[in-house]
Order: sequence, then structure tokens, then C-alpha cells
Amino acid sequence: MTDAPAPVVTVAGSSVRATDARGRALPGLNPFSLGLAARPGAGPLARRPVRLALGLVVPAVLLVAWQLVTASGLVAPYQLPSPASVWTAAVDLAQRGLLGQYVAISTQRVVLGFLIGAALGLAVGSVVGLSRLAGALLEPTLGAIRAVPSLAWVPLLILWMKIGEESKLTLIAIGAFFPVYTTVVAALRHVDAHLVEAGRAYGLRGARLLGAVQLPAAVPSVVAGLRLALAQSWLFLVAAELIASSMGLGFLLMDSGNNGRVDRMILAIVLLALLGKTTDALIGLAEKSLLRRWA
Amino acid sequence: MSPAPSTATRTATTTADPADAATARPVELHGVARTFATPAGPRPVLAGVDLSVAAGEIVAVVGPSGCGKSTLLRQVAGLDAPDGGRILLGGEPVAPYDARTAVAFQEPRLLPWRTLAHNVALGVPRGTPRAESREQVARLLDLVGLAGSAGLRPRQVSGGMAQRASLARALARRPGVLLLDEPFGALDALTRLRMQDLLLEVHASRPTTVLLVTHDVEEALYLADRVVLLGSLTAGAADTSVRSVVTVPGDRPRDRADARLAELRAELLDGLGVPTHHPAHDPDAHHSI
Ligand SMILES: Nc1ncnc2c1ncn2[C@@H]1O[C@H](COP(=O)(O)OP(=O)(O)O)[C@@H](O)[C@H]1O
Ligand SMILES: [Mg+2]
Repeated sequence: MTDAPAPVVTVAGSSVRATDARGRALPGLNPFSLGLAARPGAGPLARRPVRLALGLVVPAVLLVAWQLVTASGLVAPYQLPSPASVWTAAVDLAQRGLLGQYVAISTQRVVLGFLIGAALGLAVGSVVGLSRLAGALLEPTLGAIRAVPSLAWVPLLILWMKIGEESKLTLIAIGAFFPVYTTVVAALRHVDAHLVEAGRAYGLRGARLLGAVQLPAAVPSVVAGLRLALAQSWLFLVAAELIASSMGLGFLLMDSGNNGRVDRMILAIVLLALLGKTTDALIGLAEKSLLRRWA
Repeated sequence: MSPAPSTATRTATTTADPADAATARPVELHGVARTFATPAGPRPVLAGVDLSVAAGEIVAVVGPSGCGKSTLLRQVAGLDAPDGGRILLGGEPVAPYDARTAVAFQEPRLLPWRTLAHNVALGVPRGTPRAESREQVARLLDLVGLAGSAGLRPRQVSGGMAQRASLARALARRPGVLLLDEPFGALDALTRLRMQDLLLEVHASRPTTVLLVTHDVEEALYLADRVVLLGSLTAGAADTSVRSVVTVPGDRPRDRADARLAELRAELLDGLGVPTHHPAHDPDAHHSI
């Protein structure tokens, strides 16, 4: 359910790039009506503020619908509390100092786990992608480990590392490792053989060849892999915190579920959505500048 | 320069450090053979190729498409190893990815994420001081008419511009043996003539041995000391060898309209299987076949 197989990674990566580069702008219904200024990618939808505003339309509609449904009494408050009471729950948690703490600890776990997993994925992926021997040795085992559903690790990690930070970081690192590992391996194997040969013909070997030709050629797909790894990190964070923790957004979800605090559960979900979207947007910015440089 | 006399060759090699890649090297091929393993079975491409190129000589290689011209260059560059025969550069066997050679590939093969200037810089021998390297790159880009495009990426320029950058990269290496695989193939007619003259200028100012693959017989006759015609020796044979070697008369720069060249052109085209129609008022040409 969690580990996306490599082909999906690649496809997702390329589609992300295609839309980023072109701004996914649709020309008007009648392109000729735009006159001389009409170019592919022009029109109001090509402008950033317009797209940002349009992206906010659906959340605003949802918010209004939520307010209407709860105010009209169609749904009981213990099933779906009003937006206002979720806001009140947020203010209440913030005043106790818990909201900031939960957000901070969850973000910290995701960032650390992601960095560890991504670094390992890059290193192991490079070795497996470049060395046939390493590939023959490691690939089957890593493939089998990747096939293990994420939740299956939780009891074992708790047994080995107790309920401390290590077990959670390890789980998140596992989640971040595989998308990076699989994309790096695939990307390095598919570097244009003509370019590698040209690099060798001009005297590049070993680390120099890797740095000058192979890694740069792999950058676009590796960045797509990193983005996917970050999304996986949030997924694995919640898995870890749901089962074994005393703070964090996953804990808030679990604890509130046990106490029937639907307002706090909704708050936790909204926060996860906002944080996930924010970190994804940040890595998207990094992706854009990297692709400008390397693609 | 006409085929270098052996005395000139000897002086050239004694005055320069023989380990220096920049010294023009003689190239010798003895019975070179290459057979590729394909799913349909072994595919012989080259067999018994003998060729001797003097240091500083320009030799053009012509032959029908797919006959193994690129394969032959790859053997000389050490990008691929023959499975029969020997290849010597300056009397020593070719090493894998031989540093004494520089190849301008049939495709430009530029690194897409580097500017043209940085791509050309890849050809500058390692250990060259940075300032000198930058100066050389600028000079070469200027030489191939790309000074204004130094900061562009390969995908921002035309195929012909990319090919010229690829040529500049090969020249940057100051190779003992310059291997050019249809280097002007993607150029428009006018740029092609300019680049041919440029190659001759470069060669005159700093002699290097040049092996030039081309499908343009006129280009071969304009540039080369000798033209090697590759092809199968017997009709229907799968493998390629040297069918004939033509020594081109006259010193460079040559007159493109030289009547002697026209005759050789007809002879080479005939060898390539292209029927030529000689003007009726030129009985000599008619009888020369
Ligand atoms: N690595 C290879 N494996 C199998 N066949 C090859 C390989 N390289 C070249 N060939 C075959 O060798 C023949 C000559 O190729 P090439 O040297 O590129 O021809 P040319 O440059 O004269 O057009 C072609 O038929 C080609 O298919
Ligand atoms: Mg070829």
C-alpha cells in the first residue's frame, strides 16, 4: 500500500516535470481569439497568482459546505463538529503549548527521517546502479525488504529500539529510502550510453565520470524520487506515531480518537494536509531550480 | 601537406616530447577485423583492414552507409577493440579510450546540462591552468563561429551549431590523432565550406594526423591527402575492407573546380556505386573508367 514500485516513480516524475515546465496552461477555447499574443502557455491561466487563486477555490467551497452542513443540524456535532469548534480546539491546544510541540516534533521526525533515508538511498542506489556486482549482490535482498508493508516493521522496531525517537526515525527513513533508491538505480542505468562513452573518450573515469556525466544525467529523476520520498515520510510518520508515541500529530489523532474528540482529529488531519503540502511545495521549488540547472 | 615524407615525420617526433598527446602520430592498421555478436548470429563488419597513415597526414574515409566507417574510427580511438589485427599509434598499440586521440562523434554528444563553453572545456586536457583553459575555449568557440553562443545549452542551438561545438571540443584536446566522424554532416552547404577551410587552417597551424569519415566525395577530395574507399571486396560479401586508396593531387588549399579532382570524383562515386554521367564533349573522362 505504501511502497510505490519503480515504474510508477518514473512516470510520476516525468509528468510532474512536464507540467512544471509548461505551467500546464490551457489556451482559451478559441486560440485565435487571443490574437497575436497567443502562444502555447499564454492566457490568464499561465499567470501564477491566477493559478494560486484558482487552487483555493475548492478548499473555500468545502469550508463553506462544512459550515452549512454543521449549522443546519444535518449532522450531529459529535460526528462532524463545526469549523469554529475545530478552530477553538486549535486555540485551546496552542494555549496549552501542545499544538506547537506536536507540530514541531512531527516535522522534526519527518525531516530527520527523510534526510537519513534519502542519503542512504542515494548512496546505495548509486552503488547498485553503477556496479553490476553490487547490483547482483544487493538488489534481490533490497527488493524483498521493499516488499514488506510498512506497518509490519513497527512492532519489531519498538522491540529493538523501545518507543523512543530511534524507532520512529528508522521507520520514516525506511519509507524515504526506497523511492530514492529505486529512482537512483533506474536513472543511473538509463543514462545515455553515448554520453558516458563521450565522457570516457575525453578522459573521465570513476568519480569524475560520475560527477560530470552520470549523476547530472540522473538529476531529474532523482529529484522526482526525493519528492516522492518526502510524501512517504509523512505517511510513515503517522504510522509510527499512531502506534507508539506520546506526542506528535499521529499521537493527537490516536489519542483524540480514544477520547471521542472529533474536533481535534479533524484538526490533526488538516494540519497534516497543510504540513505535507508545505514541505512538498518547498521541495517543488528546489526541484524547479535544480531542473533549470540540470535538465 | 602532402603525404609526409618519412624524414619529416622523424624530425617531427624527435623535436617534440613523444609522450605529449599533441605530437602528430602515424597510425597503422594491420589486418583489423571486427565482428559483432547479434541475436541473429555473428555479424562481420570489418575484415583485413590494412592502412598506414603518416604523422600529420589527412586521410578521408568514404564508403557506403553502414559499411563500418564509424566502427573503424572507434577501433582507432580505443572505444572498441578489434577482434583481429593490430592498430598502432606512433608505433604503440592503441589503449582503451586512448588519450592521444580525440573523436568528434557522428552525433554531437554534448552534455545537455552544460553550456557550449563548458562542453568545449571538457576537451581541454586536464592539468591545463584554468585561465589558459578559458582562453582556449573562447578562441576555439570563436574559430567555429560560436563566440556569441558560448553561454547557450545544446538544446538551445541548432544541430549544426552543436556539431561545431563538438568539433571545437575535439580540437581543444590538441590530439595527436584527430578522428572526425562526418563532422560537417549536419551543416548547411555554406557553413560546411567554411568549416572545411577552418579545419585546413587548424591543421596547417598545428599539424595533427586526421582521419576523416565523410559521405561527401568532394569534401574528401578537397581536404585529404589520400582518400580511402571502404567496401566489400567481393560482391555480396558481408564484411568491409579497403577497396582502394586514392592519392589526391595538388597542394592545399585546392581549387574546388580542379579538373583532376572532377575525374577522381567520378572514379570514387563509381566505386560507391553511384553512376556518373560524363559530359559528352569530354571524351577523356569517358575513357578513364
Ligand atoms: N555495437 C554493435 N553491435 C552490433 N552491430 C553493430 C554495432 N556497431 C555497429 N554495428 C553494425 O556495423 C555496421 C557498420 O556500422 P557503422 O560503423 O556505424 O557504419 P557507418 O558508419 O559506415 O555508416 C552496421 O551494420 C551496424 O549495424
Ligand atoms: Mg557512421
